[in-house]
This record gives sequence, structure tokens and C-alpha cells, in this order.
Amino acid sequence: MPARSFTGPVIAGLTANAAIIILIGGSLAALLLSATGLDLGSVLGDSYIRHVVGFTVWQASLSTLLSVGLGVPVARALARHPSFPGRDLLRALFAVPFFTPVIVAIFGVVAIYGLGGWLNRGLAFLGLPHGFDLYGLPGILIAHVFFNMPMVVTMLLPRLEAVPADSWRLAAQLGMGSWAVFRVIELPILRHALPIIALLIFLLCFVSFAVVLALGGGPVATTLEVAIYQALRFDFDLGRAVSLALLQLIIGAVLVGASRAFEQPVQLMPRLRSAAPRPDATGRIGRVIDIALLAIAGLFVALPLLTVFIEGAAGPIQRMLSSRSLQQSMLRSLMIASLASTLCLCLAMAIAASNRRRPRRQRSRWVARLQAASIGGLIISPLALGTGLFLLFRPVVDQPWVGYALVIAMNAIMALPFGLPGLSQAMADAAREDDRLCAGLGISGWNRARLIDWPKLCKPIGFCLGLAFSLALGDLSAIALFGRDDMATLPLLLYQQMGAYRMAEADATAMLLLILSFLSFGAITGIMGRHARG
Amino acid sequence: MLAVEFEAVTFRYEDMLMRFDLAVEAGECVALIGPSGAGKSTLLNLIAGFEEPLSGRIKLLGTDVTGWPPARRPVTMVFQDHNLFAHLTLFENVALGIDPGLRLKTEDRARIEAALSEVGIAELGHRKPEQVSGGERQRAALARSLVRNRPLLLLDEPFAALGPKLRREMLDLVNALRRARGLTVLLVSHQPEDARYGADRIAFIQAGEVRYVAPTADFFAEPRPTDVAAYLGEAES
Repeated sequence: MPARSFTGPVIAGLTANAAIIILIGGSLAALLLSATGLDLGSVLGDSYIRHVVGFTVWQASLSTLLSVGLGVPVARALARHPSFPGRDLLRALFAVPFFTPVIVAIFGVVAIYGLGGWLNRGLAFLGLPHGFDLYGLPGILIAHVFFNMPMVVTMLLPRLEAVPADSWRLAAQLGMGSWAVFRVIELPILRHALPIIALLIFLLCFVSFAVVLALGGGPVATTLEVAIYQALRFDFDLGRAVSLALLQLIIGAVLVGASRAFEQPVQLMPRLRSAAPRPDATGRIGRVIDIALLAIAGLFVALPLLTVFIEGAAGPIQRMLSSRSLQQSMLRSLMIASLASTLCLCLAMAIAASNRRRPRRQRSRWVARLQAASIGGLIISPLALGTGLFLLFRPVVDQPWVGYALVIAMNAIMALPFGLPGLSQAMADAAREDDRLCAGLGISGWNRARLIDWPKLCKPIGFCLGLAFSLALGDLSAIALFGRDDMATLPLLLYQQMGAYRMAEADATAMLLLILSFLSFGAITGIMGRHARG
Repeated sequence: MLAVEFEAVTFRYEDMLMRFDLAVEAGECVALIGPSGAGKSTLLNLIAGFEEPLSGRIKLLGTDVTGWPPARRPVTMVFQDHNLFAHLTLFENVALGIDPGLRLKTEDRARIEAALSEVGIAELGHRKPEQVSGGERQRAALARSLVRNRPLLLLDEPFAALGPKLRREMLDLVNALRRARGLTVLLVSHQPEDARYGADRIAFIQAGEVRYVAPTADFFAEPRPTDVAAYLGEAES
């Protein structure tokens, strides 16, 4: 049907794709062009750069090992006990770190594990040796485990819970002990799921920016991502920034390529909660270990968040909230997040809609590849992308509006890899379920969008919007790169306050940012969810 | 001797109170039929020990097994699907019936091979479940029941996904194994013709009760009790 191939959604999709490809391709081209004069050999020979690469890989490996090593037993413990008081709360808690602004989590981690934090004060009170120094590798690891251990649990648990009830009955009938259950039932699931989960977490820790910037503590414990930022903003050494960015992109591309190799479609059957109890969940020792594990993991995630509220509420909160710089930062943050999330949603909708309207065979392959590569590339390195944009817009980057525009665009694009897959999947599902029926009944265009698609899609749309909003609200990468001193958003303000040890002000900022982040995500998904069918 | 005795067994599933009375002779093949949600699978789960009764006692081969864990009961059960673990070969899946940790002695291997050939899949032991047909998968599940050496075989619609001819072959196989080994078989089925083809007696279950038990020929003879007629009318139309 050639007449239908250029409908609105297709044009919108092409525009969105073109915008993304031009922006990313342009920044990549700028990087490569300015790299022509560079001697890559001398870059690799630079002992400092080699040290940075080594530390980046080292901290990412350790973070992954710890996150997976702790996440697997916690997910198992949750799977073994399908109902106990507080289980749903615990599961919800494990979803929170993803939506927590990184700098707020760092604030919480410092308040607990820092020199004057709860841990050291508690140890001192008990007369035990204290003086645990958070800065450097320990802090980076704690923060990365805070973010990623819950992610391991969240990704693994549905797979463990998808074991059919009959398998548990069979295990009970065959008299399997917990070791046999692990070997026969759980190990194959882990073997299937863990490579891709571990690689994803490695990737996230590899490009982690704010955590390393705030907790790294100097040139010894720094990563490529932070080194790019420092080269660009402090040393004004464009050549070094470009070579670091290229190095980051190359390593990242290899990792993303490797993750593609592990990617397998997982068919999780939506099913009723298993009615069969697990035969390995009855032992008393195992139960005690599970309870202890869940309690420790729950506290580990909850405490840094709780301290934000406790420290915030204990301070002179009213005076702080009336501070002009805080109010201005809040308005700036809300504005950036609103525009960035709207832009992200528009891009995601356009791409998802054009994918669904065009049958697979019609979609030219290189467009699909380019799209996948550019979106996959975003995960590789926001700072490398930012460096390219910096080069592209160098003559005008000092203009405030250019700075804002770049921050908004970068935030929209950075949220896209997280927001797009869910929306794209929901749209494809809706198309598969309803296309034939709608065609048969002659429902199309606006009627279909209003009656058929909207009730199904407003929930994933709300999720995409809320996710992009809360990610943009907590962003520190883009604003650190393009923001000027008079452009501080809440995360940047908090970072500056923490750096200057203005703790009373930081307490208030952290609490405000955390509350805003939760409220906005809750409000956006809640309002959109209300329209959802069912 | 009675292989299965239910003494005033009650069980609550959500809002439905079930009450079962049933006696099955050793060596019999009894088919359980009735509408969906009537409690057929629940009855098997109670025998196997996957569910515990609210009150009453369950005796298997004269022994009160109420409260016993599933692995201790003289019972083995084959489900509709998920009988096999996808990453293990058919041989290993059968071997789980001998040792749930797959620690096998030499004579165990011979027993597994024998069981595989008894159910007609001697050559398929090295295959994974995804590499064989649905009927062959259920044959492997039957082979595991055999190596477990339990006198009671419970079949929870294991042949529901198979075609009519294959279902008959499987019923023939079950009955041959039953006679050769003196097993007692309880079969849940949604196909009255399967019950008619393979069972000695039929128990009609409705709304959580065993309403009517009769030898197969009598069960299908006219005139039928009204609820049985209503069920068959739906099923056969």
C-alpha cells in the first residue's frame, strides 16, 4: 500500500530519528574530526590515562561483582518466601534507587558512612575503632551497590518467580533438598540471566559520573567519564577530552556489542502466583539466613534514603527553603525536567509509532540499524556525547539559551534508552492485538487513537514521561558540562553545597530534591494511570 | 486392598468448601471427570501431598499419610506440562526420579535405560525436551514415574495436548505398565472418551464433591444422572 506509507506517524518517526541521528552523528563527527590531529599512540602511552582506564575497569568490575553477588541471594530469598508481611514494601523499596537522584543518594551515603556519619559515630559510641574513610574506592563501591544491587533483584526476581508451580510440586515429590533445587531449577535460570544483567551493570558503573565525581576524591580514584569532564571544564584541554571521549566510546561500543551477543528474548508467561510452596523454603536455618539477608539488604537501601529525610527535617528547614538560590534552582530544575521529559516522550512516541506503522520488511535495514546504534550508543557515554556537542556548539556554548537547550536535549536523549523500550513494546503489543479487529470494524485514525490505543497506552506513556522527568530532575552530567554558575539546578546546587561543606543548606536541598523526584514520578504515573483501562 | 481411601476429607479453595469421599481398589484405573474447577486436580494434589486437607484423613495402601511430605508418599504424579526440566536431557530428567541430586550408580543407569525403552523412547535419552515431540516428553515423564517405583500413579491430564490417536496409544501404554507392575492409576481427564477407553471405573466430580462413581460401562449407560448428562451434553456437543 504505497499510498499509506507516508502517514503522519511515519513522518514524525522519520523526523525524530533524523534529529537523533544528526545530533549524535554530528557530535561523533565533531569528535572524530578534531581527533585527526591527535596521536592516539601517545594517548595510550600516557601513564595517567592508562591509570584512569585501569581504575575505571577495576571499580566497575568490583561494583558488578558485589552487586550481583549480593543481589542473587537477596532475589533468591524473596523468591523462596512468596508471602510475608512487608514483602511488597521491600520490593517497592528496591525499585526506588533507580528514581533517586544520584547526588541525593550520595548525600545519604555520606551521611551514613562518611567520617562524621552514623556508622563512624556508632562505632565511636561503642568504643570500637572508627574513622572509616568513605572517599575513594569504598565510597564508589557502596554507592554503586546501592543503585545496582536492587536492580539485580528487580531483574532476577520475575525470572525466579516464573518457575511453574508444577516444577515445585515435582521437586517436592522427588524429595529435592535446597542444593538439588539450586542445581536443577535455579542455576539454569541464573546462567541464562546473569551474563546480560552483569554486563548491563558493568556498563552503568563503567560510565558512572556523579558517584565518582563526588566520592572519588581526587586523581587517584577517577574514571574516564570524570576525566573527560575535568579535561573539558577545568583543564580546558580539548585534545585530551576528545581522546578520552573516543577511548570511552570504543570501550563502550565493545561492551554494548558484547551485550547484544548475550541478549536473548525472555518469554515470561504472565501467570497466577504460584500456589505450590517451595520445598526448599521450610528449613529453619535457611529461613533465618533469608530473613537476615532481606533485613540487611532492606536497611542498606532504606537507610541512605531515610537519613535524607531525617537530616532534612532536623535542620532549619523553613529558613533554607526560603533561600532565593534554592527556589531559583528548583524552578530551573522543574523547567528543564518538564521540557526534557516532554521532548523525550515526543521522540519515543514518534519512533515507536513509526516502527509499528511500518511493517518490518518495509523498514529499510540501515535506518533500523542506525536507530539501534544511536540509541545503544547513548548508554555508552553521556559525557562523550556531551564532548561532541560541546565541540559542535563551541562558538555559542556560552550563550545561556544554548546551554539550556543542550542540557534539555541531552537529558531527553539520555532518558530515551530507558523510556523507549517499554513504550515501543506496548505499542507493538497493542498493534498485534488490535490491528485485525480494528481493520475489520473500520476503526482508524483519531477514533482508534482515542478509543482503542489511548486506554492501553496511557500507562506506558505515563511511565516513560515520569521516568524521563525524574532522571532529568536528578541529572548532574549534562548540567555539569554545559551549566554556568548562574544556571545551577537542584542537583548542581547540592553538589556545590556538599563540596563547600555547607551542610545545613545541603540537608534542605537534598530533602527537597528527593521529595520532588518521588512526587513528580508518582504524580505523572498516577495521573496517567488513572485513565488506564482496567 | 484399598489403594486410596478418603475419610471425610475437607479442603477449602478460596470460597469453595470441598468434601471428598473416595475409595480406589489396588490395581484399578479410575478416571476422574467433571467440569473445570470442580476439584479434580485438587483431589490428586491431596493424594500427592501438594495440598493438605482441612480435616479428615487420607489413607494410601492402608497407611494414614495425612501430613506426610510429598516425597515420602507411595505416589508419583505426571502433570499436563512442566514435567521435564528444559536444560536436562530426557535421561537426566528420568534420573532425577532415582536421585534428585543426579548422583547415579552404574546399576541406576541400566534401570533408566530400561525404563526409557519400556515407554518406547530408548533412543531419545540424550535429547533435550525441546528436541522431542509432546508425546515423547510425556513418555519420558512416565519413565521417571517407573524408576521411582511407587505403587500409585496419578495422571493430571498429561495427554490433554495430544491428538486422539496418540492419546489412545498413551492410555494403552499406561494400562500395559499398570498390569505389568501392578500399579493403581488415577487419571484426570477432560475427554470422556479417554475415560471410556482406558478406565475401569469413573468418578464424576462436581462442585468439590465426588458425586457419582460407577464402572465405566454403567457410567455411560442410559439413563444417566442429570448432572452427569448435563456435563456430557456440553462436552460431547
